[in-house]
Amino acid sequence: MTSTDLAIILPEVFLALYAMVALLGAVWTGKDDTAPLLCWLTAAVFVAVAVWIALAGGTTHVAFGGMFVDDAFARFAKVTLLLAGAVVLILSEGFFTRRGAMHFEYPILITLASIGMMVMVSAGDLITLYMGLELQSLSLYVVAAIRRDSLKSTEAGLKYFILGALSSGLLLYGASLTYGYAGSTVFRDIYAAATDGHVGFGLLLGLTFMISGLAFKVSAVPFHMWTPDVYEGSPTPVTAFFASAPKMAAMAMFARAMHDAFGDAVADWQQIVALVAVLSVFLGAIAGIGQRDIKRLMAYSSISHMGFALIGLAAGTERGVSAMLIYMAIYVTMNIGTFAFILSMEREGQHVTRIEGVSLLSRKEPVTALAMLVLLFSLAGVPPLVGFFGKFAVLAAALDAGLVWVAALGAVGSVISAFYYLRIVYYMYFGSEEAEQIDGSMSPAQWVVLVASAAIMVVGVINLFGVDGLAANAAASLVVN
Amino acid sequence: MQNLISIITFLPLIAALILALFLKGEDEAAQRNAKWLALIATTATLFISLFLLFGFDPSNTDFQFVEEREWLLGLKYKMGVDGISILFVMLTTFLMPITIAACWEVKVRVKEYMIAFLVLETLMLGVFTALDLVLFYLFFEGGLIPMFLIIGIWGGKDRIYAAFKFFLYTFLGSLLMLVAMIAMYVDAGTTDIPSLMMHTFASETFPVLGIQIVGGMQTLLFLAFFASFAVKMPMWPVHTWLPDAHVQAPTAGSVILAAVLLKMGGYGFLRFSLPMFPVGSEVMSTFVFWLSAIAIVYASLVALAQEDMKKLIAYSSVAHMGYVTMGIFTVNQQGLDGAIFQMLSHGFVSGALFLIVGVVYDRMHTRDIAAYGGLMVRMPVYALIFMLFTMANVGLPGTSGFIGEFLTLMAIFQVNTWVALVATSGVIFSAGYALWLYRRVMLGDLIKESLKTIKDMTGREKAIFAPLVVMTLLLGVYPALVTDVIGPSVEHLIGQYEVALNDYTPATELALAGDH
Repeated sequence: MTSTDLAIILPEVFLALYAMVALLGAVWTGKDDTAPLLCWLTAAVFVAVAVWIALAGGTTHVAFGGMFVDDAFARFAKVTLLLAGAVVLILSEGFFTRRGAMHFEYPILITLASIGMMVMVSAGDLITLYMGLELQSLSLYVVAAIRRDSLKSTEAGLKYFILGALSSGLLLYGASLTYGYAGSTVFRDIYAAATDGHVGFGLLLGLTFMISGLAFKVSAVPFHMWTPDVYEGSPTPVTAFFASAPKMAAMAMFARAMHDAFGDAVADWQQIVALVAVLSVFLGAIAGIGQRDIKRLMAYSSISHMGFALIGLAAGTERGVSAMLIYMAIYVTMNIGTFAFILSMEREGQHVTRIEGVSLLSRKEPVTALAMLVLLFSLAGVPPLVGFFGKFAVLAAALDAGLVWVAALGAVGSVISAFYYLRIVYYMYFGSEEAEQIDGSMSPAQWVVLVASAAIMVVGVINLFGVDGLAANAAASLVVN
Repeated sequence: MQNLISIITFLPLIAALILALFLKGEDEAAQRNAKWLALIATTATLFISLFLLFGFDPSNTDFQFVEEREWLLGLKYKMGVDGISILFVMLTTFLMPITIAACWEVKVRVKEYMIAFLVLETLMLGVFTALDLVLFYLFFEGGLIPMFLIIGIWGGKDRIYAAFKFFLYTFLGSLLMLVAMIAMYVDAGTTDIPSLMMHTFASETFPVLGIQIVGGMQTLLFLAFFASFAVKMPMWPVHTWLPDAHVQAPTAGSVILAAVLLKMGGYGFLRFSLPMFPVGSEVMSTFVFWLSAIAIVYASLVALAQEDMKKLIAYSSVAHMGYVTMGIFTVNQQGLDGAIFQMLSHGFVSGALFLIVGVVYDRMHTRDIAAYGGLMVRMPVYALIFMLFTMANVGLPGTSGFIGEFLTLMAIFQVNTWVALVATSGVIFSAGYALWLYRRVMLGDLIKESLKTIKDMTGREKAIFAPLVVMTLLLGVYPALVTDVIGPSVEHLIGQYEVALNDYTPATELALAGDH
């Protein structure tokens, strides 16, 4: 272990130290009284670390004999997930404080989860990958159940834990097979084990199990079952977090495992990923139609969106990875904006999540309704909003790689999902008088996040804020030509 | 002026932004300000677009006023007009002030209503001026959002159903087009429309799921674009969204829908299908002819049976669009000239007819034909205008409606006599439903109690109709106004189409021989 190795993981080390100091500090002083302050402080630290990583730039660095990789790809993912985490923390603070459920563990657990995610996206080795994944997962299990007095929250945490453990098991089993047949846990050695663009049967088995485990983490069909229940049961800020940063991290980890470890055998995993992707798009789109609870709806929406991002991955090309990153960055931005609104849905002081609640919102809160309208159309992928460009990039990558049917089916799937986004628009603008309408007002933080996110969806049409260039850069660092 | 097209396209959007950001309140004064701002913005757009018209050189078949800039994801922001698109731009800018003036009496959420129309104008202009595939798609699809809201918020009783049907129908068609667009991008390596027009897409026959696809990739691409444009047109049998949307939309929404949005489909055929997939178009042309002929006859017959005035006009639109698709795919000078002429004329005539329904609807709040009768007694000016546009709708010589129908029928007669025979019968049916409508609403004795106090058109309403009357008659007696502008570009398009087909002919024979 040399000082250069440590220098590479400095952001992670710094965050870990921060988490411990914050934990000690909070226990020492006022415990839950300090929690709101801690939330803001953590958010600030996240932003600072994100800026630090973004500015560091540079070429690809490898630490600990290939176990940890710091490249443009990892940096893109880290910056996205840290910023997402920061915004969610700010949104959570108001929500939990209003309900007297603000525990000081919450920001600390989110920090630990974020460290896990940063390790995941930088993993250059199966062991590192698993360590990062478990650090993230264990923190998230607890966060899901953070409202100990709520039956639903506890249930969600338990469900998430059991199913998450199962998926970790699958992943580990796949990793052990991979190790057995490739003779190494380091990605670049596994990469070398492929011959003539294919891997042997044993490795193929390992690959399949690993994909199953990874699909679980990104909630892709057929491993999506936990998502609606966990989304519905967890406290809403936690759901907002689940739907943003961890999705980005899991998707990036998926891409890294596929390209760094099995990049020489694209044909072996391409069809599996393509099938999983198309199934996710359709299941998310169709099953979402019947949902009346907005959090469940967002769960199915995220399944569908993950399917789309996976189409980018299925292309198996640099362009595909770049499309996937663009898609995820856009998705995370839209989702956080949407959740900022969902967090504010209240009726007589009680949090409500029934879709009918937004009935005729456009009369009472025209700006909020307009912002939501923009976000929903963007989620549906209707141009000229930015959400469309995510879909465009992904479909272009898929067609470029010759996956014509995948692209065509993806397009059909996105029409189906447009229906449920439109339905929310329908309630907001044309809904009925009789429905139990929400009557709460948005906190300034929520309002700013919502409107900013909607504005990004509109203004981004001009140049996507340069994210496409960064994503292309990131993809180039991941995919070896 | 270097950015003329961008200025024209985005001026309404800027006005919409000003409305959205700076105009507060819902009182009388705010409503009036919103309407005036929208009217001024659309009129200014019209005047600026006149520079475009007068600066345009019809004899040059290249794209003019071209603007090009780098955009995102390797795409380009490229705008420009040629002889085919310029008149659609003019149609849009000409009709927008009329549309805004037509919704002067709206009282509900006026500000949002104006914003929706202004945004819609930007998107419509963008469709006709975009010279990049994805940019085109952006504008083409973006138009769904304001129209969805216009129908859904300010529409009639069953507006929700109509709005959803409108949105999902068109969205599905368009996404297939998007996939085809990306396939073209991958194949040609560019999304630049002028370059794509020069690019030859593969036309070798190949099997898909055991079926031999004559015309190969071109046919598949054609079908994907067809899915989108046919829905937009709308062609039989995917026209069913149109009557619903029209009936439920507010008057101004119907006007824009009929006058401009439907033209996007026809424009798409001219801009994409013919120049980019000539072989695919040729292979599918007979199919399109018969769809068009069925549309003309079937929609006319359905129109005869309607009880609702707007629905009747909606079906007559479907029939008239049948002439357009028929004319386009004959690919000869009369056919294309006729099709474009028919689209422009239909823009004025159907727009006017929906406004005519709006006039009595504002007074009586019903569109039931049975609720009217003998209006001529109390509304002489209205009767005159209604008469004129009924005749234009029928295609009486001297009105603009005649030229388009005549040219397209003449064109189809040279290509396919049987289709011509069926389609011509539509002319008789259209006289039937249009005159019968006039008879039931305007003529006879004024016996209904409720109509006894009805007032004739106000000054504002007359002012709205004046420009439409002028255009309908002017184009009817002097069609060269249009054909001179579009002629060279159309000729150029036909020339390219024939060159492409000549290159292809041997391959067709082979493919067909292989089939049998």
